[in-house]
Amino acid sequence: MFDIIGKRFRFFLISGIVILIGIISLLTIGLKLGIEFKSGSLMTVDFEQEVEQSQLKQELVDLGYANAIIQRTGAGDFLIRTHELSADDKLQLMGALEARFGRFTEPEFSSVSPMIAAETGRTTVFAVLGAAVGILLYVTWAFRRMPRPFHYGVCAIIALIHDALVALGIFSILGGILNWQVNLMFIVGILAVIGYSVNNTVVIFDRIRENLRMDMSADFEAVVNNSLVETLGRSINTSLTTIIVVLALLFFVGVSIQNLVAVLIIGIIAGTFSSVCIAPALLVVWDRREWGRFIQWLPLRVAKAKK
Amino acid sequence: MFRKNTLVLMFVLALFAFAVSALVYPLFDRETMRLGLDLRGGIHMVYQADFSAIESGKESEAIDGAIAVIERRINILGVTEPVIQKQGADRILVELPGISEAEKAKRLIGQTALLEFRERIINQDGEEEWLPATAVVSGQEKILNSAYFRENTYIDTGDFGEILLTFEWNSEGSKLSGEITGRLIGEPLGIFLSGEPLLGDDGLPIAPIVRSKITDRGQIEGLSVTEATELSQLLNAGRIPLPLTPIYDQTISPILGADFIDMSVRAGIIGIILVMLFMIAYYRLSGILASLALLFYGALVLALFKLIPVTLTLAGLGGFILSIGMAVDANVLIFERMKEEIRTGRTLGAGIEAGFNRAWMAIRDSNVTTFIVCGILYWMGNILVAGAPVKGFAVTLFIGVAVSMFTAIVVTRTLLRLFVGSRLAKRTSLFSVSVGKR
Repeated sequence: MFDIIGKRFRFFLISGIVILIGIISLLTIGLKLGIEFKSGSLMTVDFEQEVEQSQLKQELVDLGYANAIIQRTGAGDFLIRTHELSADDKLQLMGALEARFGRFTEPEFSSVSPMIAAETGRTTVFAVLGAAVGILLYVTWAFRRMPRPFHYGVCAIIALIHDALVALGIFSILGGILNWQVNLMFIVGILAVIGYSVNNTVVIFDRIRENLRMDMSADFEAVVNNSLVETLGRSINTSLTTIIVVLALLFFVGVSIQNLVAVLIIGIIAGTFSSVCIAPALLVVWDRREWGRFIQWLPLRVAKAKK
Repeated sequence: MFRKNTLVLMFVLALFAFAVSALVYPLFDRETMRLGLDLRGGIHMVYQADFSAIESGKESEAIDGAIAVIERRINILGVTEPVIQKQGADRILVELPGISEAEKAKRLIGQTALLEFRERIINQDGEEEWLPATAVVSGQEKILNSAYFRENTYIDTGDFGEILLTFEWNSEGSKLSGEITGRLIGEPLGIFLSGEPLLGDDGLPIAPIVRSKITDRGQIEGLSVTEATELSQLLNAGRIPLPLTPIYDQTISPILGADFIDMSVRAGIIGIILVMLFMIAYYRLSGILASLALLFYGALVLALFKLIPVTLTLAGLGGFILSIGMAVDANVLIFERMKEEIRTGRTLGAGIEAGFNRAWMAIRDSNVTTFIVCGILYWMGNILVAGAPVKGFAVTLFIGVAVSMFTAIVVTRTLLRLFVGSRLAKRTSLFSVSVGKR
C-alpha cells in the first residue's frame, strides 16, 4: 500500500521549488505578452530563397523596426512581430522585404490595436477570476453535506492556482529562451487546465466523501490516503490518455496552437500531481491544523540532504 | 433485462448509423462542416467608427450607411458568404471567408473614396498650395467633390486609346461645377483621393487644365485601366459617411487553412488509435468495448458539429481532440470501479452494475467543473473581438464532454451487460482483473 499522504511535506517541497523557480523567472524575465494583450502586428512570412534569421533581423533594424521580434517556426517560416502597422507601413515593409530577399508568401497576418488589447486583457482577468470563483462555489456546494465543505473548495482552488503558477513560470522561462508568448491560446489552455485539474481533484474528493460516509469515525488521514490509492489507477490512466492525444496534436498541428498544446501538456502533468499529491494532503494538513509542522520539517530535511 | 439491453443496443446502433450517414450525406441542408476563418482562410477585420463629425442622434444612421457601402464594395470582389455587421454601437465587423486577394479587399473597404477637386493658389511666400475648390450654391459655400457624382461612373476610351474615367454630376454638383469651372478656365484643377493627390499611370499628379465650363459630365484622364476600373467601382458603391479605423485584423491564406485541416485530421486519427491501443492493452475486453464506444463517440460528436452546425476553428478541433482523451475518462472511472467491485468478490454482473452506479457520481461531479470552464470560455469568446477561437474551443469541448458522458453510461454499459450473458464473461482475466492478487 502506497503512503502518499505520509510524504506530504516532500511533495509540498517539490511543488514549492518548481513554483519558486517560476516566480523568480516571472520577476526577472517576466512574461512575453502576445499582440492580443500588448497590441501590435504579427505576420508569418515564407521566403522562396534561404534566408538567415540574422539577415532578416538586420534588414528589419535597417528599416527602422529595431524592436521587431523574429521567431523561426518548425516549417521554416518566420514570425515577425512589430508594433501595430498601418496599411501603408505594411505595404512599405513588404516591398522592402521583397526587394531584399526576393519573393515570399504571407500565410498569416494579424494586427491588434491598443484599444482591443486592453479589452482583451480586462476580459481575460474577469474570465480567470470567474472560473476560480465558479469552481470554488461549485466544489463547496458539491461537498455541502460533508463537515467543512469550504475546505474542499479552497483546497481545489489552491491546487488550480498551483497549476496556473507552474504553467506561467514555465512559460516565462520559455519566453526568455525561445521567445514564446502569452497569447489568447495560452489563456484558453490555462482555463482548460483549470477545469481538467479540478476534475481530477473532484474525483478524489468524491472518493473521500464516499469512504468517510461508510465510516465517519475513521482516521481522516488514513481515509484520505486510501481514497487516493483507490483512485490512483484512474488518475494516472486518464492523464495518460489525455497526454497521448495532446502529444498527437503537438506533433501534427504546428505553430498556431503550439501555445495551447504546450500549456495543456504542462498543465496535465502539474494538474495530475496537484490533484494526487497536493490537494488531498492540504485537506489533511488543514484538518489537523499542522501548518506549522511543515516549517519545522523543512530545516530537518535540508540538513538531511546536506549529509 | 436481456430484452431491454437488446433494445438499447438497437437504439445505439441506429444512432450510430444516423451519425455516420449525417457525416457522409448532406442531411437537413448541411452539405459540409462549417469552417471558421482560420481553417477556410480569409479576412476578419473590425473597424472603429469615428462619430466626431456626425450630428448627435444620427450616429446609428451613419454606421448603417457605412455598412451598406461596404456591402456594395465587397460585392465587387464576389466573395461568397461575407459577414458585415455592426458590433456594439460604434464598430463594424467584416468577415470575408476564403478570399485570396486580401490586400485588395482591405484597400477597397478601408477607403473613404472621396475625390476632391482643388484649385492652385500661390500663397504669400510664393509657394503653390492646393485648396479645395468651393463655390456658393443655394446660399451655402460647398466643396466640389465626388459626393455630387451620380453613381454611374464608367470607363471610356478616347480617340487615341486613352483611358477615361467618365462621371456625371447630379443637379447640385452641376451648379457647383459650373460656378467653379467657369471661374477657373485656363487654370489647373487638382484631383485628390482621400486627401492625397491622385497619381496617374506615369506617377505624376493628375491636374487637368480647365478648358471650358463643365456642367453635366466630366472625364479623368491618366489612370491605368485597372486603377480606373477600381476607382469607378468604388465611386459607384458610394461613399462611407464617416471615418473608419481598423482596430483588429486577422488575415489567413486559404492554403494555410487547408493545411490546418489535414494536420488536425491526422492528429485526431492518430490520437484515437493510440487511445484505443492503450485502453485495449490495459483493460483488455473492456478496453475493446470502450474503443467501440469511442468510435461511436467520434462519429456522434462530428455529426453534431455538422448538424448544429458548429463553426469549426483550429482551436475548436484542438478542443475536440482533447475531448477524445477526456472521453475515455468516464470509461476508465467505471472500469477501475468495476475491477474493485469484482475484487471484493462480487460477480461480474453485480460488479458492472455497482461499478457504474458508484462511478456515476464522480463522473457527474467532475465534469461539471469542465462545463463551468466551457461556459466562461464561451462568454469570453463572445465578447472578445478576437474571440472566435476561444468560443470554438468552448463549444467543441462542451459537446465532447457531454457526449462522452452519454457514451460511457449508455453505450459501454449496454455492451458490457450484453457480454455478461456470454461465455467470455466467465474469464475475469479478460477484464484484466486478477482476483486474489491482493
